[in-house]
Amino acid sequence: MSKRYNFAAVLSAVVLICCGALILNQNVNAAGEGKITGTVKLDGPAPHMKGIDMGKDPYCAKAHANDPAHLETYVVGADGGLANVVVYISEGLSGSAAAESSATEPVFDQKNCMYTPHVLGLTVEQKFKVTTSDQTTHNIHPLPNPMTGNIPWNQSQPPGAAPVEKSWKAPEMIPVQCNIHPWMHGWFAVVKGPHATSDTKGTYTISNVPAGNYTVTAWQEAAGTQTQKVTVAAGGAGSANFTFKPK
Amino acid sequence: MQRNNLRKWSLLLGAVAIVALPMPSWAQLTKYDLESRMGVESHVGNITGHAKAAKADYRRYCVVCHGELGDGNGESFPWIDPKPRDFQLGVFKCRSTPTGTLPTDQDLFDTLARGLDRSNMPQWSTFTKQQRADLVAWVKHFSPRWTNEKPGTPITIPPEPEVTPERIKAGRDVFARVQCWKCHGVLGQANGPSAATLTDDLGRPIAAYNFTEGARPKCGDTDRDIYRIFMTGLDGTPMPSFADNIKPDEAWDLVFYLRTLMSQNSKEKAMAKQLGLKPVDPNAPAGQQ
Ligand code: HEC
Ligand code: HEC
Repeated sequence: MSKRYNFAAVLSAVVLICCGALILNQNVNAAGEGKITGTVKLDGPAPHMKGIDMGKDPYCAKAHANDPAHLETYVVGADGGLANVVVYISEGLSGSAAAESSATEPVFDQKNCMYTPHVLGLTVEQKFKVTTSDQTTHNIHPLPNPMTGNIPWNQSQPPGAAPVEKSWKAPEMIPVQCNIHPWMHGWFAVVKGPHATSDTKGTYTISNVPAGNYTVTAWQEAAGTQTQKVTVAAGGAGSANFTFKPK
Repeated sequence: MQRNNLRKWSLLLGAVAIVALPMPSWAQLTKYDLESRMGVESHVGNITGHAKAAKADYRRYCVVCHGELGDGNGESFPWIDPKPRDFQLGVFKCRSTPTGTLPTDQDLFDTLARGLDRSNMPQWSTFTKQQRADLVAWVKHFSPRWTNEKPGTPITIPPEPEVTPERIKAGRDVFARVQCWKCHGVLGQANGPSAATLTDDLGRPIAAYNFTEGARPKCGDTDRDIYRIFMTGLDGTPMPSFADNIKPDEAWDLVFYLRTLMSQNSKEKAMAKQLGLKPVDPNAPAGQQ
């Protein structure tokens, strides 16, 4: 009889230790979190990007007098690297990791009558700032689908205006425009969890990725999305390269 | 014969695609979803409106334009511009609340009495208050936004000051500084440099308001209404909110200046004439007009 009790005690101790180890293990992961890196390329020659005539607003035209502006639907670097592609984890994140949002407050600036960056990656509920560096009035007008829970708004920013601080409620690729300068077109790419945006070399690094098996999605505003499976070891690096065909 | 048919079909499909593509339709609620929200209420003063009670009135008076599912897809849709509103989106032009927030019940109630000028949306001022309150609840039951969010907090409008020539001049400086004229034109004729390319949130062309034609603003034509219009914006359109960038006192100056652009006779118009007030100079650098 007592033997049986002993056995039960040992068993529950073992279970407890295992649980503890599992929980600890999670913490260890959080400390030595891994990453996902890679390169995004465009297959074939870069599509021609039309020049922008800013003649409607002399301030804008002057800002680009020596550096003509072009549409930014595809921004391709010297080696075919594709910029402004948002890469994020679409499957495999635990609830808490998906809910986690970076502490920094990203900035979306209106500069020389263009948006910098052209695509701003954000997590759900993450606060961001819209600023203006221009001496002309802009109106900042995101166009989400209201059925997602993201609500459209439209605010003016005259020269010297204070930043507008906002956040989004649901994952969505949200186009943003200025009605005063109709060529100004950008994106708020709202996703869950860790994400990164490719630079002009096409490279990206998603940091703070816990160990696990993931599906990673790369989104380009015109070419669409692609997915890949990636495994990240504790504190290690997974890799995913993408090649888009222009549409 | 067969090939001919094929051609016909592909032409038809192509035509459908062309018509369908530039007009995103976001509506996705079904009759079933709507049944479950029949209990929605509105509160206007001491009147409580009940969605259920407006069912017959909506059928009779509104459905031709706004559609069975409230998605704006009524029978009249093809012939109307601006298009009947899609209530499922929960986005409204005439609000006392900040941009990006729901209007109050009172806002919608007032809109029904007023109608929307420069559109086919009629006035419903002959309805009883109870009827209108019920219809407000009915309009709300089409959008889940009213389940998930509260209406915004109405903006505060300070008492209207006495109009003076100085205030009218100051109002012109605000009009210049924040560049209303980019869309509305320096004379308010809706012909600013950005006027031609304006589109609403669904990508449909939209005109800026022409101050000089005698048409009333959609969202009301009292001084307070006009104050509210540019401090909250008309959501769903290019008309932005200026709440963060025009101080309350300056906002009144701007209201007075806008009166000088309108065709109707007013104190402000007479004062501007006496002042010999010139329109803003679109070529002066921003902030220095
Ligand atoms: C003849 C067509 C027509 C009928 C009938 C009609 N509407 Fe409308 N309604 C419109 C149009 C068009 C708009 C959009 C106008 C605009 O965007 O400027 C609109 C907009 C609205 C809005 C949005 C107001 C805002 O602030 O954005 C509400 C609310 C509304 N209608 C309620 C009703 C109700 C309730 C009825 C029936 C009692 C009704 N409408 C009947 C055409 C109609
Ligand atoms: C980006 C372009 C744009 C700018 C800048 C702009 N507006 Fe508008 N405005 C519009 C459009 C478009 C409409 C028409 C909306 C509609 O009919 O639904 C409008 C409508 C209006 C109306 C009439 C609203 C109604 O109820 O019918 C007033 C008044 C107005 N604007 C005032 C201003 C003032 C004052 C400023 C500057 C502080 C300004 N606007 C700046 C585009 C603009």
